[in-house]
Amino acid sequence: MPSNEKSARMDKTPAVMTEALTRVFEPKKKKEGSTVRALNSVDLRIEQGELFGILGPNGAGKTTLLKILSTLLLPTSGKAYVAGFDVENRFTEVRQRINMVSGGEISGYGLLTVKENLWMFSQFYGIKSKVALQRIDDMLKDFGLGDKKDAKVRTLSTGQRQKMNVIRGFITDPDIIFLDEPTLGLDVNASRVIRDFILGWLKEHPTKTVVLTTHYMVEADELCDRIAIIDNGRILACDSPERLKKMVRMNTTLSMDVSRLKDTSVFGRFPGVENFTFTEDGEKGLTRLRFVMRDESGVSDIISAVLGQGSRIESLQKTEPTLEDVFIKMVGKGLD
Amino acid sequence: MRAVKGRAYPRIVGAQREPSWVFFEVVLPLFTVAAYAYVYQFMDAKDELIGYVVLGGAMTAFWLNVLWAMAAQFYWEKEIGNLQLYLIAPISRMSILAGMALGGMFATTVNATSTLVIGALIFNIAFHIVDPLMLVAIFVATMVALYGMGMMFASLYMLFGREAHHLSNLLTDPVYLTSGFFFPVKYLGAFVAAGASLIPITLGLDALRQLFFTGGAEDAFLPLGTELLILVGLCAVFLVLAHYSLRYMEYLGKATGRLTLRWQ
Repeated sequence: MPSNEKSARMDKTPAVMTEALTRVFEPKKKKEGSTVRALNSVDLRIEQGELFGILGPNGAGKTTLLKILSTLLLPTSGKAYVAGFDVENRFTEVRQRINMVSGGEISGYGLLTVKENLWMFSQFYGIKSKVALQRIDDMLKDFGLGDKKDAKVRTLSTGQRQKMNVIRGFITDPDIIFLDEPTLGLDVNASRVIRDFILGWLKEHPTKTVVLTTHYMVEADELCDRIAIIDNGRILACDSPERLKKMVRMNTTLSMDVSRLKDTSVFGRFPGVENFTFTEDGEKGLTRLRFVMRDESGVSDIISAVLGQGSRIESLQKTEPTLEDVFIKMVGKGLD
Repeated sequence: MRAVKGRAYPRIVGAQREPSWVFFEVVLPLFTVAAYAYVYQFMDAKDELIGYVVLGGAMTAFWLNVLWAMAAQFYWEKEIGNLQLYLIAPISRMSILAGMALGGMFATTVNATSTLVIGALIFNIAFHIVDPLMLVAIFVATMVALYGMGMMFASLYMLFGREAHHLSNLLTDPVYLTSGFFFPVKYLGAFVAAGASLIPITLGLDALRQLFFTGGAEDAFLPLGTELLILVGLCAVFLVLAHYSLRYMEYLGKATGRLTLRWQ
């Protein structure tokens, strides 16, 4: 496709569009389980230049959606377009414009060096060796891996390897990149480097698009222009983080740390409580209670119930809504 | 071509960086070669038979390479997460397989030549190359057809799980027998030899024996020209089959969701 035609297309068309996209997995044998509806009539529109987040619990359909968009999986019904091309019939055109990086990926060959691995993948995208090697040098420096370029891949730590994977995705200069939990299992510093790179890349290339799935609320909140919350294959909400938070602004979030409770089942039933979750901190012997409340009428009942069980209130905090609150409101549970 | 070069690279470099591969591909076949050679010596068989064994031992490296590093490769690639990266790249899948084949051929030729030279020195084998041009033609046609078959198998293995490992195991030893790695295939009878000729290394070996040894023609299954023609035909058949089977298997994999690992 001539470059002017390509740029014209990129100017007008959404980066990603899905229409009633559905994917059903049938078990190989009936006795192996039942049919799974991984995506259920998903309608989505992602504009060029967006950093779009897909947030959902395990098994929500995030990876299935990315697999379809990256031409690795066919939809059962509905349509998906990437850069204006149908992923089912025009997959070659889609592949020319995309790349993908998955968290925990162990791609490449351990016998090769970091530079050789990245060069190999660049060759699959027809990039001239001279150009590829220059990009590899530059990006390795950006990621703080300059001194590792001649190290064999099998000698890298998890964080270093994931940085290399992210470089592999970006080195081909894709129009749209799919990042499936790219910071999964990484330490704070490695995650920070990757997040900063993604933001810097988009700033430098305003028409490029990043579609990101993540488990980390803070990551989604910090990075994404818009977020789709997905559960059981359905999009429950899709908006900017600020607007999503406004959806729960009418509610109060009450967080309490109390000494270990015997019975938590009563707390969801108090007036005004819209959602209730709790976690146990075994180390400190605390139960952390979290209430999303329509109003504050039930607060005194909650406190009475805690004290009534002989428990002690260690801390009490009323907080502004976070993305996690939005998530709990939509999905009915937190991300584990 | 860049994709071919890119995928050939790990094969070529890997062979140099992993010395244990040399042991498996050069030293191990020599044990089998030695066993057959001593049996033939004990039986006071003609010298050519020991030469056939050494040649067959060298060619086992190609068969093992095709079976384990071509046919089963997409299965391993899926396991380590590379397959999906190959599939989302805007390239022909044949270019990936061609890269693997060329890299594999190069590395294995080095190993097979080593086996041939060491075997020839140990057992004092005399080679009399009758027609060097024909030798090159037969070798190239055998390799293209053999690796073409490997490409076709690769597409079938793409959707396999652990059964890929079992299938490769299952194919390893029977082919040593039916393709006549250590004796002239014509002694299995025309029917079996004709069936075994579907595996390109059968006719390739038969032809190479005729070209390497003066008495080779006496033990030949088919004349050289016929074998070359059949091998060229097999090249075309396997490459075309590989192309279509790869396309079909990719479609099937996308439809059933078996191109990537379950956890991904």
